[in-house]
Amino acid sequence: MSIRYGLLALLETGPRYGSQLRTEFESRTGATWPLNIGQVYTTLSRLERDGLIVPEGGGDAKQQLYAITGTGRRELADWYARPVDRTQPARDELAIKLALAVGTPGVDVRAIIQAQRAHTLKAMQDYTRLKARALAAGPDSQEEMAWLLVVEQLIFAAEAEVRWLDHCESRLLRFAADRAAASPAAERDTPGAPDPEREAPLPRAAAETPGGAA
Amino acid sequence: MRARAADRGTGQAGSEQPVLRLDRLGRVHGSGPTAVHALREVDLTVHAGEFVAVMGPSGSGKSTLLTLAGGLDSATEGRVLVEGRDLAGLGRAELARVRRTSVGYVFQDYNLIPALTAAENIALPRELDGASRRSARREALDALGEMNLAELADRFPDELSGGQQQRVAIARALVGDRRLVLADEPTGALDSESGEAVLVLLRRRCDEGAAAVMVTHEARLAAWADRVIFLRDGRIVDESAAGNPESLLAGGGAR
Repeated sequence: MSIRYGLLALLETGPRYGSQLRTEFESRTGATWPLNIGQVYTTLSRLERDGLIVPEGGGDAKQQLYAITGTGRRELADWYARPVDRTQPARDELAIKLALAVGTPGVDVRAIIQAQRAHTLKAMQDYTRLKARALAAGPDSQEEMAWLLVVEQLIFAAEAEVRWLDHCESRLLRFAADRAAASPAAERDTPGAPDPEREAPLPRAAAETPGGAA
Repeated sequence: MRARAADRGTGQAGSEQPVLRLDRLGRVHGSGPTAVHALREVDLTVHAGEFVAVMGPSGSGKSTLLTLAGGLDSATEGRVLVEGRDLAGLGRAELARVRRTSVGYVFQDYNLIPALTAAENIALPRELDGASRRSARREALDALGEMNLAELADRFPDELSGGQQQRVAIARALVGDRRLVLADEPTGALDSESGEAVLVLLRRRCDEGAAAVMVTHEARLAAWADRVIFLRDGRIVDESAAGNPESLLAGGGAR
């Protein structure tokens, strides 16, 4: 997320000091992405350099009021109109971990999936507590509504991850079952297959059912 | 309030009698080499104020756990204790009474009686339990009022939306002294907003002292619970407990 556009968006409603911008950004996003004041001033000086904002009054940066320029407004309008780019996916550690685990002998992919599922679900539980609080409190201001939307985004993103993990598990189980049916000896080498020393492989029927949250 | 309920559920185990305790619970169908273990050695303790969600793939034993916990089926191994009473030690009539007075069920398809109004549906179990018609109706109206459904008291189920019917079903599950709600996919037939209203309500009832066990396949719904247990092949394989949400936001970014 570009802090640049976040600050421009706040400045569109009127001139502000750097410290005000930091407080308002955090209040809109519920401190989900905390800013340090140094980042705010660095970004403001770049925005000024690019002609998107202008300082109002004198003094040093900390006492400086900043206002958006016409160019800044056009840049902001472009940002709102442009979809957030999803064609260059961020490097996702979990996807990379599973991709590598599937090809690595001796790694229990199901255990990785379950550990991650429990961890992500716990995060969802905590986000849901924050959401329940926000719902109980109103929300009756734009800041509270903005925060509710942000926390719900976190919940939906975590849910998508849990669903994907369920899908991975059921796909790997089916793959293991199919390989075992084709060649009983291949089962031991199948990535993601349950370790026969630790637990019996799931029956075929179970492998064909969707996972818990699929 | 939420934190207090969670503390009661997870931090004070043993300091008060649990509402539900499953002790090495098992259910085997059939015998010999063809025996199917629907549930194996499940231990679970649920205290007042605690909301537990049960997740797992189809056939993992989720619904079996719920039917055993509510005395709708009998365990082949282990024990079910509801408010300290071992269901296996109860005669048929007594078991029926415990089911009626201590346990409330919420099903995916609401199970309201179509010929009775919302208030009558809620009052019925109280009347069956010996309450006078007048006091049962008063309790039903109170329960509906708590759920902001008072104006729907005299409507029949087919005059209510799915979400409203399910909220009436929850009111019915908790009317009287019943403190244990067993819910099987309670939002399965509802749209996302109505489903969330049902969860908000279940959560609130737990915060007020009820205990709930809910089977769900949706992580977003399970996340309303204090604890989520994962079943696989009839066994509990993992558990996730809610923590301190502030810790998520400390130290630079939630994700």
